Amino acid sequence: MNWWQRMLRRNKMEEQLEKEIRFHLEQHSNELIAGGLSPAEARRRARMALGGPEQMKEECRDARGTRWLEDFWQDFRYAMRMLRQRPGFAAVALLTLALGTSATTVMFTLVNGVLLKPLPFPEPDRLVAIHGQSVEWNAELFGEQNVAYLDFLDCTRFNHSLSFAAALFNGATISQPGEPEYIDLSETSPGLFSVLRVPLLLGRDFLPEEDKQGAAPVAILGFSFWRRHFAGRSDALNSTMVLDVKRYTIVGIAPQGFRLFGQEADVYTPLGQDTARFLQNREMHPVRVVARIQAGNTLGEAQAELALIGRHLAETYKDTNARRTLVAEPLRPEVGDVRSTLWLLLGAVGLVLLIACANVASLLLARAVSRERELAMRVALGATRGRLVRQCLAESIVLGLSGGILGVLLANFGVRPLVSLWPGDLPRAEDVQLDWRVLLFALTVSVLSGLLFGIAPALRAPFKDVERTLRAGARSIAGGSKRLHSAFVISEITLAIVLLVSAGMLGRTLLRLASLDPGVDIHNVLVARTALSPATLADPAKTRAAWKDVLARARRLPGVLSVATVDTFPMREGDNEQAYWTSADLPPGDKLPFALMTNTSPDYLDVMRIPLRRGRFFDEHDDLGNTPVIVIDEVLAQNAFGKEDPIGKRLWIPDMGYASNVFEIVGVVGHVRHWGLAGDDQAKIRAQIYYPFSQLPDSFIHRWSELMSIAVRTEIPPLNLIAPLRSELKGAAGDQVLYNVHTMEQLASDSLSRQRFLLLLFGVFAGLALVLACTGIYGVLAYLTGQRVPEIGIRMALGAKPNSVIWLVLRQSLGMIFVGVALGTAAALAAGRVLQQLVQGMQPIEISTFAMTIPVLVLAALFASFVPARRASRVDPVIALRQD
Amino acid sequence: MNPKSDLPQGTLDLLILKVVALGPVHGYAIAQRLEQVSKHVVQVPQGSLYPALHRLENRGLLASDWKDTETGREAKFYRLTGKGRAQLETEAASWERLTEAVALILKLSEGGAE
Repeated sequence: MNWWQRMLRRNKMEEQLEKEIRFHLEQHSNELIAGGLSPAEARRRARMALGGPEQMKEECRDARGTRWLEDFWQDFRYAMRMLRQRPGFAAVALLTLALGTSATTVMFTLVNGVLLKPLPFPEPDRLVAIHGQSVEWNAELFGEQNVAYLDFLDCTRFNHSLSFAAALFNGATISQPGEPEYIDLSETSPGLFSVLRVPLLLGRDFLPEEDKQGAAPVAILGFSFWRRHFAGRSDALNSTMVLDVKRYTIVGIAPQGFRLFGQEADVYTPLGQDTARFLQNREMHPVRVVARIQAGNTLGEAQAELALIGRHLAETYKDTNARRTLVAEPLRPEVGDVRSTLWLLLGAVGLVLLIACANVASLLLARAVSRERELAMRVALGATRGRLVRQCLAESIVLGLSGGILGVLLANFGVRPLVSLWPGDLPRAEDVQLDWRVLLFALTVSVLSGLLFGIAPALRAPFKDVERTLRAGARSIAGGSKRLHSAFVISEITLAIVLLVSAGMLGRTLLRLASLDPGVDIHNVLVARTALSPATLADPAKTRAAWKDVLARARRLPGVLSVATVDTFPMREGDNEQAYWTSADLPPGDKLPFALMTNTSPDYLDVMRIPLRRGRFFDEHDDLGNTPVIVIDEVLAQNAFGKEDPIGKRLWIPDMGYASNVFEIVGVVGHVRHWGLAGDDQAKIRAQIYYPFSQLPDSFIHRWSELMSIAVRTEIPPLNLIAPLRSELKGAAGDQVLYNVHTMEQLASDSLSRQRFLLLLFGVFAGLALVLACTGIYGVLAYLTGQRVPEIGIRMALGAKPNSVIWLVLRQSLGMIFVGVALGTAAALAAGRVLQQLVQGMQPIEISTFAMTIPVLVLAALFASFVPARRASRVDPVIALRQD
Repeated sequence: MNPKSDLPQGTLDLLILKVVALGPVHGYAIAQRLEQVSKHVVQVPQGSLYPALHRLENRGLLASDWKDTETGREAKFYRLTGKGRAQLETEAASWERLTEAVALILKLSEGGAE
């Protein structure tokens, strides 16, 4: 029989035990009667021989091995009964715990979905990402790099322990069918879907023979794009569409939610069909590579083989690959700085949960003290200490679990709002769901918190001095619990201060950052990526004309003040970094300073209202026939020339790729916070160089045009201009489209969104902590004061004034508040360090932050203690003395 | 002096197993058999007999059935399981080794240890 079978047959087994004992007694007494004893005497002797039947039955039950379960069940029912008897206490405790666990569970659901869940591919632990790594001086700056296409092809040829797939993220304009639209294109090698082991929803993957230049153009649609642009019709399969003036046959449709490297592409096309020259250049590393470790191979073997290929390539192609290696690392979800944000928030919410636990613990402790006599009675009747501790713990675990269940129910409603509140797009948002991991977490958290807040009261179960406790009666003044109670209050205050100060730090940071000058006038500026009509891109002259036409058309619109083209504008991801020097005598690579390169048309300064400090900005004379010119910002001017006048001086930009890489400085402009309000001051590269679109060599025009945006200064609200701008710029073929349309105000505000979001949540947590801590203080003081009522009665009978009674109580809480504040300040300093490391733009903690936040807590805590103090001062001495 | 001696720790289980090995038997009979066979030297505390039986049954060394006695009363009869028989053999063997060793030591003549 299993223990649970025995448990289920408990009643039957009890019956049988009874029967067995009865049989024994009857047999024995029958024999004694046969020996000549009277029936009554025989029964007495038989019973004597056997010993106390109840005690023996107990021992038999122990022998059965279901004892712990029966006890547990008994404890559980007892706990439920105790909670039902005090619905007020139960409700407060449950609510506190539910709040704590639900907030923690919500945060953990996000952590789980975004950080912990494996990637949604079969056997995700056998997938690796392949990086090219430069062993050169700039390795740190550029970090892990993608892979050259030719290197990728060599990998697939030489390597046996991995199966590879490559993707190149790109863009294209779809002009047929439907409305022209600029789409996210992923050019992939054949076998991407089979490497990831993701079956296509419809159709097939690319064939190896389709992965060649000149092969028939084929495409696979991303699920969302298929739904959006083709209304999810299955006859989209085998139909055609026009992408960048090429007609593609649609051969497949990707399954829902398919993402690679965190991106869901609109359309997939064969990478091998791309004729771009940079794909044939081993110095360019545009391709992202993923691979699956073949069955029978280990990660270590794959890495070793890959390193070997890297070395082989380095020897074969000395010019391009000499200082490069290839590495394979387990493929991980790409989540960026969301990781630290999430852990930070989980930590903060954990503090709230701890405060909640301290609160419930002090409530339980107060009850444990008032139940001391009951417990002492049980000890006197033979209960063991372990048994009593278990019983107390059962009660707190029942509380913890019920709080946890309530918490999970609440969390269920909290997850979606939090995800939608997340600044920008939360990566892997679709993976954020309540699952077994979350439930397990919530269960663990509630049981652990049950143990945490239950252990102190349980260990107080009286064991020594049973007799004294029993005699002392209700009048016992629980001296020992006072210290524990103070400990709870102190830890609540400490934790609340950590959260309050953190919120204060974030608030100050946000205020400071928001007041920073971005360097441009962000009001009334619209920026939009512009995809020229694909037909014009083949011919540089046509492309130049097309851009002129775009600027002219946009300028004609009513409400437009000025327009410029620009490749990278502030507060957006994406930049072009180039090393520069002030003479032809270049130092070694690691000594070269870097600057951010921005390619613009002449009106950019007007559009962004960047102040011109010296010289001039570009004009129509800066064309291909004249000396290449640049304009630098004041940071570069200061770094490179100090107090000298940079106008007329020259800069060498070795990797520019122009016929001559020498540029003349014609102007100096104000610094622009390119990296956003929060990030710019700490950015590695801050110096800026502007160079004119009109001097861009023909070979650059195509690639640059793919990245170009237009920036428009308006005199009307910029959002009102989007629709007219779109229709005006459609072009003759109607396939010229705007995408990624933003106002500069939005971008500036988005650059602080992480800080704002953290402030919001820390503010909420700090508020919760404050409320919980205050209710905790109130509860403890009310209880402690209640215990002192007879004493206060005596004092008042002897002539104490109400004010001195109030002071008596307040003094007690002031002591706790003082210690809490001291500990909290120390803890907050440590927490401040963590924040400073994890959040961009955080300043070191300031005294004034403490000065602003701590009084809030002290006042609230004093208010919470004032209520019981005042009540104590109104004690009627006669009633107080008669109590008990 | 009480002529009856208390059972050494752990031997009750061994004795019960041995008695039950002779054939299915109910609890009262076990108690009686133990007293008779040991010529009343061994005092079996009846109060600890049943907990021991239940413990052995729980460990799978004994099994039980409800059967009628010769007098037609229904009683719980214990019998040895395969596992119980194996346990009895090992325990009996180790008991014999122990008693032999103890006897040898007791037979040492005084001063003979030198």
